[in-house]
Amino acid sequence: MSKYLLDKFLFTVDRDLDLVERYREDPAGTVRWWEAERAGLILGCHSGERSTWVAFTEPERTALIEQDYVKLFELGAHPFLTLTLFIGLFERDYSEPLGFQLEYATKLSHWKLPYPDITT
Amino acid sequence: MATIAAVIASTHHPFYYRASTSSGADRPPFADEWVAKIDSFRQTLTAARPDVLLMVGSDHFHQIWLDNMPQFLVGKAPVYDANFYNEEREFGLPRMVLQGDEELSGHLLRGGLDAGFDLAFSNELRVDHSITCPIITLRPEADLPIVPVYTNIFAPPMPQPKRFVELGQAIRRLVEDWPSDKRVAIIGTGHLSLELGGPRQFGPHGPDPEFDRKAVNWIASGDLESALAEVSLDSLWLPGNATHGFMDFMLMMGVAGAGAKADYSDSLDLFHTMEAYFTWYPESAAGGAEGASS
Repeated sequence: MSKYLLDKFLFTVDRDLDLVERYREDPAGTVRWWEAERAGLILGCHSGERSTWVAFTEPERTALIEQDYVKLFELGAHPFLTLTLFIGLFERDYSEPLGFQLEYATKLSHWKLPYPDITT
Repeated sequence: MATIAAVIASTHHPFYYRASTSSGADRPPFADEWVAKIDSFRQTLTAARPDVLLMVGSDHFHQIWLDNMPQFLVGKAPVYDANFYNEEREFGLPRMVLQGDEELSGHLLRGGLDAGFDLAFSNELRVDHSITCPIITLRPEADLPIVPVYTNIFAPPMPQPKRFVELGQAIRRLVEDWPSDKRVAIIGTGHLSLELGGPRQFGPHGPDPEFDRKAVNWIASGDLESALAEVSLDSLWLPGNATHGFMDFMLMMGVAGAGAKADYSDSLDLFHTMEAYFTWYPESAAGGAEGASS
């Protein structure tokens, strides 16, 4: 499990307008590029300094590639980060106010308490 | 010494700005009632004639991140830029610039550290909607200096609820001991029951109306004892997965003081979450020369 890295992907993509669009258009390519080039960058550190050990598990990589927010919830990704990025990705495709958010809730409706642990 | 002009605790709702400024078909049916309640709430700060706003909130993974996560952080900057691009995108929030008060920041940091709170600090902090929502609702002129205090209500492991209360009590003492003739309003925003990114999000009411009713009563009556007896880090997952924001309300109950009944209390049952607004006037309670509400 690398919940921190899942969260880091959601966090760093959401804060970059171009990356949001790139992830929307090419999820598999963006996830593979990000894991190879960006995953290890230490934010707020000297440029180019990297962590050597970070990697997704296969289920995590697949969930991101498939933009499967239900699976991300199950894997313990931070729900606020997932929601915020996915609103940025897909809210535009829904004509009703909160249409995307309500569908999102419905798709998670099989979940009862306790929810997956989000502690990193 | 400084005067605590008002203590204010509130929910922060990033949809308020868009709801209150929209018109025609875009204006939601609940907007007029919401605006009327906010106008009334705003008067409680205006009447207190504050010079500076000490503002308690929580960064929503905008600048503060998991590679370096402070539990409690005080902004110490001359100026705070405000709001982030994804808040413009999602909520239509405007970019803002707020002046700081470095003297009060420094006093809080020194005094807080000496009182046993190992506070982090930031000299370059861009504040988000946990700070700007109450600016928009309570002081839309955005003309007063602020000192932001951030808490971690977002990323476990978090401090215990009791620690939030104790920090609120310490903030109260520190502001009262600040050698200044300024009038300080202490404003904190948090949440009642709330779910984000989970199955109970964006329902017709908050995810747990029973919790909300209890919580509003605790706050309005200053019932810290009951709040502390019933609320734990584990229990806060039950009313909704983002309900740890209630700990910012508990911090503000610590500022207001155990047993301190709110001088002003109001709420609004909205889709998605219950809004709640509280104001205390410590000057009046202490028999001060001029009650701010008089």
